[in-house]
Amino acid sequence: MRTCLVVDDSAVVRKIARRILEGLGFQIVEAEDGEKALEVCKRGLPDAVLLDWNMPVMDGYEFLGHLRRMPGGDQPKVVFCTTEHDLAHIKRALNAGANEYIMKPFDKDIVAAKFQEVGLIEVAAPE
Amino acid sequence: MTPSDYEYLRKILKEHSGLDLSADKQYLIESRLLPLSRKSGLSGIDELVQKMKGGSSSITAQVVEAMTTNETFFFRDKVPFDHFRNSIMPEILQARASRRSVRIWCAAGSTGQEPYSLAMSLKEMGAALAGWRVEIIATDISPEVLEKSRAGLYSQFEVQRGLPIQMLVKYFKQTGELWQINAEIRAMVQHRQLNLLQDFSQLGVFDVIFCRNVLIYFDQDTKIDIFNRLAKVTAPDGFLVLGAAETVVGLTEVFKPYPERRGVYRPNDLRAASPRVPAVGAIAPKTLAVAGLRP
Repeated sequence: MRTCLVVDDSAVVRKIARRILEGLGFQIVEAEDGEKALEVCKRGLPDAVLLDWNMPVMDGYEFLGHLRRMPGGDQPKVVFCTTEHDLAHIKRALNAGANEYIMKPFDKDIVAAKFQEVGLIEVAAPE
Repeated sequence: MTPSDYEYLRKILKEHSGLDLSADKQYLIESRLLPLSRKSGLSGIDELVQKMKGGSSSITAQVVEAMTTNETFFFRDKVPFDHFRNSIMPEILQARASRRSVRIWCAAGSTGQEPYSLAMSLKEMGAALAGWRVEIIATDISPEVLEKSRAGLYSQFEVQRGLPIQMLVKYFKQTGELWQINAEIRAMVQHRQLNLLQDFSQLGVFDVIFCRNVLIYFDQDTKIDIFNRLAKVTAPDGFLVLGAAETVVGLTEVFKPYPERRGVYRPNDLRAASPRVPAVGAIAPKTLAVAGLRP
């Protein structure tokens, strides 16, 4: 089963994301900031990371930099999921190695579309 | 909603748009028409029907519009756009190499996501289309929907369904809460109001027709009629792309499935493959030499 690390300082957001991603067939690990997420990654890299930007201790942008420099750290698909909606933030994230970008608020359709976009889930068979 | 109101709405929709609602689509009517009745200051669907029966053509037009507007998003279903990029366009690049023009029709263009997805796909082909005349005609029955398509303005929600983030960055501008597709991409698409039930031969002949997720709403005879007329405006070596739930099989022989390319069809009679020249310029010849397609 594919694993997804959900990084967000809001327990509510983590819970919603968990429910959506479990529905898409992922096994979920949660972290409440970038530093804790990094610890998770050091124990074993996930297939995907759903990543908030603004968090205490270490933000998502800094976490992404550390992750991409780890051995094998280029492998996980990283999807930002943040209230930062401006083009400047999106470009910064892509330059730092993010694969996709979700602007909050999000729902199942958006998460599924974005995970499909980066090849983490199959294109749903049309009805 | 009373059964007689439902029957009345079914009949009107059939007459005005060809929309063929089965007997159990009350929820669809309610979800589309309750907001409309509220917007019009009416108490509900019964009052809406009264106004229609009283001869209010503007209410009737709005009802038809509300019922025929379909969900759409960028690169919807993905696969048809892969076929467009990987199979259809490479064939056209060869077949039209001397004429260097391609005409594409989005027959249910809706709010623009499909024609603009095609425009972006073409733009991504870059130098391969340098110097080509590219026409994308988007038609829809609804003036309101076409207006939205022309503006090319989309909500944050709309740009997150189907549109890769790199495409958003590359082809959109942020304007407040909304995202607007670049003028260069907008200029690649011409808009026309059109009811598929009516004659569309004046649009000329097309190399590619996207007619997705609209025929499912028509009854069998209407579908057959539309397929036959679509065949007349498809170049003999052209392509027809239908929605995932749609097919010509069992309805008509004028198109046949393109093997291994689900949803793609080709005219069945290829005998006259070359001499028929598409009526370029049958549409207002606002030249779409598409500056953007030059390298």
